[in-house]
Amino acid sequence: MRQLLTGNGAAAWGMRLAGAEYVPAFPITPQTEIIETISGWISSGELDARMVTMDSEHSMLTAAGTAAATGVRVFTATSSQGLLYAMEMLYTVAGWRAPFVLVNVSRALSSPITLEPDHNDVLAARDSGFLQIHCSTCQEVVDSLLLAYRLGEDERVRLPVIVNLDGYYLSFTREPVILPGEDVVSRFLPPYDPEETQFRAKDPLSQGVAVLGGSHYSYFRYETHYASQNGLSVFAEIGREFGDLTGRFYSLLEEYRTDDAEIVFFMIGSFATKAKEAVNRLRDAGQKVGLLRPRLLRPFPEHAIAAALRGVKGVAVVDQNISFGKGGILFAELASALYHIKERPLALVSFIGGLGGRDISNAEFYEMARVTAEAAQSGKIPPPRLLYTKEELARIQGLKAIASAGLHKEQ
Amino acid sequence: MTEKISRVRHEYLRHDKKFPHVWCPGCGNGIVLGSLIRAIDKLSLEKDELVLASGIGCAGRMPAYVDFNTLHTTHGRALTFATGIKLAKPELTVLCVMGDGDATAIGGNHFIHAARRNLNLTAIIINNQIYGMTGGQYSPTTPYGANASTAVYGHIEHAFSIAELAITAGAAFVARGTVYHVRMLDTLLAKGIAKRGFSVIEIMSNCHTQYGRRNNMGDPVTMMQWFKDHGVSEQKAKKMSDEEMGEKFTIGVLADKDMPNYMEEYRRIQEQAQLK
Repeated sequence: MRQLLTGNGAAAWGMRLAGAEYVPAFPITPQTEIIETISGWISSGELDARMVTMDSEHSMLTAAGTAAATGVRVFTATSSQGLLYAMEMLYTVAGWRAPFVLVNVSRALSSPITLEPDHNDVLAARDSGFLQIHCSTCQEVVDSLLLAYRLGEDERVRLPVIVNLDGYYLSFTREPVILPGEDVVSRFLPPYDPEETQFRAKDPLSQGVAVLGGSHYSYFRYETHYASQNGLSVFAEIGREFGDLTGRFYSLLEEYRTDDAEIVFFMIGSFATKAKEAVNRLRDAGQKVGLLRPRLLRPFPEHAIAAALRGVKGVAVVDQNISFGKGGILFAELASALYHIKERPLALVSFIGGLGGRDISNAEFYEMARVTAEAAQSGKIPPPRLLYTKEELARIQGLKAIASAGLHKEQ
Repeated sequence: MTEKISRVRHEYLRHDKKFPHVWCPGCGNGIVLGSLIRAIDKLSLEKDELVLASGIGCAGRMPAYVDFNTLHTTHGRALTFATGIKLAKPELTVLCVMGDGDATAIGGNHFIHAARRNLNLTAIIINNQIYGMTGGQYSPTTPYGANASTAVYGHIEHAFSIAELAITAGAAFVARGTVYHVRMLDTLLAKGIAKRGFSVIEIMSNCHTQYGRRNNMGDPVTMMQWFKDHGVSEQKAKKMSDEEMGEKFTIGVLADKDMPNYMEEYRRIQEQAQLK
C-alpha cells in the first residue's frame, strides 16, 4: 500500500504495523502529530492498543520502561526538551534490558528557545544504552520502526531503541511511503516473545537492583556494552532479511556514489538528502564526491565506516550538533574510529552547521568539498568551521546595533 | 480614560517591539495581560522591581510583551526559576504566568511545593482546560467527558481543581476569576500581587480554537457566555445544592491567610541563630 505520509505519520504507521500494545505519551512539538494519530486510531477502534497521556516525559518514559518489563511491546515518542527531561529514566530503563521503541523527533535544545531541528537532543542520549537508528526519509521511518523492534527484541541485544527523525524537515514533510503489508510484517516481526523478561512472581527475576562495591555493577555495564555491539551484526542480518521481503535493503551505512569517491560527506539524518543533491551537482561538474551516512549511531559501525572510507582522500564531517568546548560530536567519533586504520583518509575536516534548523545550502556543500579536497592535497588541515554566511553575520550585527541603541536610550 | 489606558499600555508593554502578539483572535490571554498591567499600575510598581517568569505554552509568550525583567523558561519550571530569583533578590516582586498544563501537569510538583513553602510569589494560572499550543491534547484540567485531540470520544480522567489544590497545598492567598469578569480579575490580581506570601490566581480562560471547537463552543463569545453563566460567587455557591452547582465554579477570593512567608521565617531563624 502506497500513501502520502509525513515523517510523523510514518512513525505512527510503524507503531501500528509493529502491533505495539501500549503507548504512554506526552505532547511536545514537533512530535505531537504521532501521538494524535495513534490516539485517533485507538479511539475509533482501528487499532487495539492502550494509550495514556502522562503528566510529563519523565513519567512517560518510566511507564514505557515498566510496561516493557512486563513483557509487552511498547511504543513512545518525544522531542528535544522532553527527551532531556526523561533522561534520568533513559539510563535507568536501558539497564533493565527491556526492549521498546522511542521515536525522537529531533528539535534543537534551549537556550535560546527554538522549535526547529538539530541533533544535540538525541546525542545527549548517546551513552544511555539505547540503540539509535537515524532516518533520512519518511519511508525509512516506517521501515526503521519495524527494524527497531526486531533489533531491540533480539535475544543477542535486548535493549530499547531510539528511532530518530528530524523535526520539521522530516516530521512535517509528506513523501510517498510504501506501507509493508501484514504478511510481510508477520513474517519479519512475529509477536514479541519476552522470554524471561516478564512479571512472574512464581518464577522471579530481578532487574536493575542495587549492587554496591563496583564489581557486580561493572559486570552489568559491560554486558550492556556487548549487547549494544551485538546490534551491529543483528542489524546487518535483519536489514538483509527485510530487503528480501520488501525489496528495500537496509545496511549499517548508506553509501551514495562513494565507489570511486575521493571526497566524502559524512553526516546523519534528513539533511543528508541535501548533501546528495550537492553530490549529484559536483559529480556533474566532474568531481569525485560521495556521501556516507551511518543509519546506526549506537552501536557505532566503526569497522563498516573504515571499510567504506578506504581509498577516500578527504572526509567532510558535517555535524548538526555542537559540543561546546570540543566541537562536532560525529567528527570526534569518526576520528577515533579511523585512528588505527593504516589506509585512513588523509584529511578529516570538521564542519558544524544546520543548528536550530538553519539550512545548509548547495553553495556551502561545494565549499566544504573544496576545502576538504584542498586539505587532502596539501596535508594542512584547517580548523573546524562553523557555517555562517556574511549575510547572516551582517543581519545579526544589525540586530545587535538596534538592541544596544535601545539600551543607551533607556540609560 | 482612553488617554490613561494608552499611557498604561505604553508604560508597561513592549509596545513597538513585540506586537502584534501570537495569540489567536479572541484569546483570553490578552485579557489577562490587560488585567495584569492594570493591577500593576494600580499598585504603582516600578518596572525594574518587577519580574515576570513563564514556562512553555501559549501563556508562556506573555513575558515577551511586558517591559519588566522577564524570563521565558522550560515547560513547567516557571516557579523554580522564580524561586531562584526571589531568594537571590528578595526585594523584587516576582510573578509567574503559567497555563494549566504547564502548572499542574509537568510542573505540578513545583506548584504544590511552592505553595507549601509559602514563598512570596504570585502564580497566575490561565486555565483553558487544554494544551492549546501543541494542538488540543487533554490536560489535567480537561473536564471528564470533554473532547480533546487525544480524547476524540470523550475524556475518561477527572480534572483537578487548581484553586482547591492550591488551598490544600497551603497557599496563603487563592482566588479564581474568569476572563469574562474582568473588573473582578483586576482586583484579584492586585490583591494577589500585594499579598506577602504565596498567592495563586486561577483564571478560567477561553481556548475556543483548541477546546471550544471540540466542545460546541467554537467562538470566543460562546465561551465568554459560558464563563458568565458558570462563575458564581462563594456566597451564592453556599446556598446552592450540588445539583444546582453542576459544572459551575466559584469565583472571587477563596482563601486569604495571614502567616509569615518563607523569607520572613528565614530572617527569623537567622536572627535566632545569631543570638545564640
